[in-house]
Amino acid sequence: MKDTPVKALVEVDHLWRRFDVSKPWLNRLIEGAPRQTLTAVADVSFEIIRRETFALVGESGSGKSTVAKIIVGLIAPSAGDVRIDGISMSDPAAAAQRAQLRRRIQMIFQDPFASLNPRWRVARVVAEPLRAFGLMTEQQAIEVRVAELLTLVGLSPEDAVKYPHEFSGGQRQRVAIARALAANPEFIVCDEPTSALDVSVQAQILNLMRDLQDQLGLTYLFISHNLAVVRHMASRIGVLYLGRLVEIATPDELFGNPQHPYTRLLLDAVPDLEMTGRVRAAVEGEIPNPISPPSGCAFHPRCPLAFERCRSERPELAAAGGRMVACHAVAADAR
Amino acid sequence: MTAPLLSVRNLRVEFPNRRARLVAIDDVSFEIGRGEILGLVGESGAGKSVTGAAIMGLLEPPGHMTGGEIRLDGTRIDTMPIDQLRRIRGKRIGMVFQDPLTSLNPVYRIGAQITETMRVHANISEADARARAIALLAEVGIPAPENRIDAYPHELSGGMRQRVVLALVLCTEPELIIADEPTTALDVSVQAQIIALIKALARNRGTSVMLITHDMGVIAEVADRVAVMYAGRIAEIGPVRDVLKAPQHPYARGLMGAIPSLAKKAAGHDGRLTLIPGNMPRLSAIPEGCAFNPRCGEAIDRCRAERPSLLPAATSHVACWRVTS
Ligand SMILES: Nc1ncnc2c1ncn2[C@@H]1O[C@H](COP(=O)(O)OP(=O)(O)OP(=O)(O)O)[C@@H](O)[C@H]1O
Ligand SMILES: Nc1ncnc2c1ncn2[C@@H]1O[C@H](COP(=O)(O)OP(=O)(O)OP(=O)(O)O)[C@@H](O)[C@H]1O
Ligand code: SF4
Ligand SMILES: [Mg+2]
Ligand SMILES: [Mg+2]
Repeated sequence: MKDTPVKALVEVDHLWRRFDVSKPWLNRLIEGAPRQTLTAVADVSFEIIRRETFALVGESGSGKSTVAKIIVGLIAPSAGDVRIDGISMSDPAAAAQRAQLRRRIQMIFQDPFASLNPRWRVARVVAEPLRAFGLMTEQQAIEVRVAELLTLVGLSPEDAVKYPHEFSGGQRQRVAIARALAANPEFIVCDEPTSALDVSVQAQILNLMRDLQDQLGLTYLFISHNLAVVRHMASRIGVLYLGRLVEIATPDELFGNPQHPYTRLLLDAVPDLEMTGRVRAAVEGEIPNPISPPSGCAFHPRCPLAFERCRSERPELAAAGGRMVACHAVAADAR
Repeated sequence: MTAPLLSVRNLRVEFPNRRARLVAIDDVSFEIGRGEILGLVGESGAGKSVTGAAIMGLLEPPGHMTGGEIRLDGTRIDTMPIDQLRRIRGKRIGMVFQDPLTSLNPVYRIGAQITETMRVHANISEADARARAIALLAEVGIPAPENRIDAYPHELSGGMRQRVVLALVLCTEPELIIADEPTTALDVSVQAQIIALIKALARNRGTSVMLITHDMGVIAEVADRVAVMYAGRIAEIGPVRDVLKAPQHPYARGLMGAIPSLAKKAAGHDGRLTLIPGNMPRLSAIPEGCAFNPRCGEAIDRCRAERPSLLPAATSHVACWRVTS
């Protein structure tokens, strides 16, 4: 069989997002404080292929959620673009096509309670996308669809009359997934979908998400700071540091043989079941202030391999042995 | 053998409400030796925090102990008059919570909080206290402690704040530290630093630690022994290697199988995680017999009728009829 070139479902193209974090105007005037901008996402590019699970990992504040929100159109990029099935998420000329696209994209958040309207019964919560996109109007058809969705996520059709607070955390996340699936989306962005859940419940949700992917051919962007969960779910992983991608690789490559010094630090830091009695190298330093990131490679103050060039010149994300890495030391090694 | 530093015998804690007396902790016994780190794990609501609060004498009313005894170095502390207990709590037992801001006063500089605590418990001069505070901040890994000592909590990152809390707890040289989810709110890299710090304290100072968490990876790395709690009871307790690698209680086995691991893909070749069917019972509906029996694939008639005691099984103690009879 010949390889047909796979077209990416999601194309993230040189994405930037800056936030104005200046003090209020009056303070600036009185204290003479300058305007301050925080760069949350800096020149991020990657693609997500249909039916794959692309994961983003990185420390708190590295820009994972900001990338996710730009992709689903919740916030606008400062520069760059996201195209989903070829349709730009920011180009004003594509507004009509984008409206069509909305149905095909859904998002699941960390806290299922915050994302479910507490005063709505589950039936209404789950049916909301059906109504919002005008996919169904007849009450009976909606009821049938809601029952079908609740069954699909392992709840019972009788749960439709309950309120979100009557469910446990894991069941609420199932309700959130049922709602996300209502409009037959193709692409679901999951931002820490199991971080608020117990391990036993987390296992239920992760298994469910994989089953649904197989059954419905879903594509996921999966965000988590739990690397074991990411290893379990992802087909490819992007590592973010201070808003920049420093490595993109498959789980086997990334966990078996991490290349970027930051990826190595991150992996070394993870406590794991298999690691009883492990003695590890001390991890140095914390993520620096994103308002004034270090020059050159933003990781250089924490990096054990840093050399002169790292302090002055920013390394580009470049192919290195089948994966992408942004590091001068790795590039020099490969040469 | 010397007596354990902490001994908890037949602890029972109830939260009475209008309808019933809810039993949150039901006949829990364990010990912690000097310099030992005991991990306490279990799903949300299993009773981990309530156990810690009972030891600290910090149960939230209407919750109270209705049975058992708690001894620190042989002396009963659960029946002590409140002012005496308060002194022990502040000096000999320290507590670290998930959110460092609950332990730090936002309007005081961190140095002032540490020196003040020191001077309540020991008769030392302001200057000596300050010098010791700087040394402590250095010990917990705060860079440039002589400058940072005058910072306010909000000027520090989450990881730095948790270090300050540890310094604050250490300043009275406690013999026991109860840490309730101390790293849950932190990043993996910072989490690793705090874990290393807790380990070093146990090793270098001989401090005993009760570490409450539901992160089994953290337990694997720091604890000497681990207790798995379920519905207010201990299901299994034993050396960390044995309980994590070869759990015997069906609940402990299910819990370990549910955790994705970094070192390997999930056990099944289809890459699925094992599941424990159902959910932990509410306190108002704890089943007869073994509390786990409705979710257990191996339950026999006896499990539904009679509560299993925590009995020796290999290197551990297990409360399961299938294991111990
Ligand atoms: N609306 C905003 N205004 C100002 N700064 C923001 C805003 N949203 C995010 N940021 C900043 O952008 C950076 C990236 O934030 P983001 O939420 O994307 O991080 P994250 O990787 O999702 O972190 P976490 O793991 O904590 O969720 C952070 O420094 C954050 O403080
Ligand atoms: N103040 C209270 N009033 C009534 N019930 C309480 C109170 N505090 C705790 N409980 C109950 O006691 C049981 C044990 O709670 P505990 O907080 O110890 O759980 P935990 O194991 O620490 O869980 P988590 O992992 O969520 O922190 C729970 O069923 C809880 O609902
Ligand atoms: S580019 Fe240099 S500083 Fe950055 S990670 Fe690589 S070696 Fe370290
Ligand atoms: Mg986030
Ligand atoms: Mg708790």
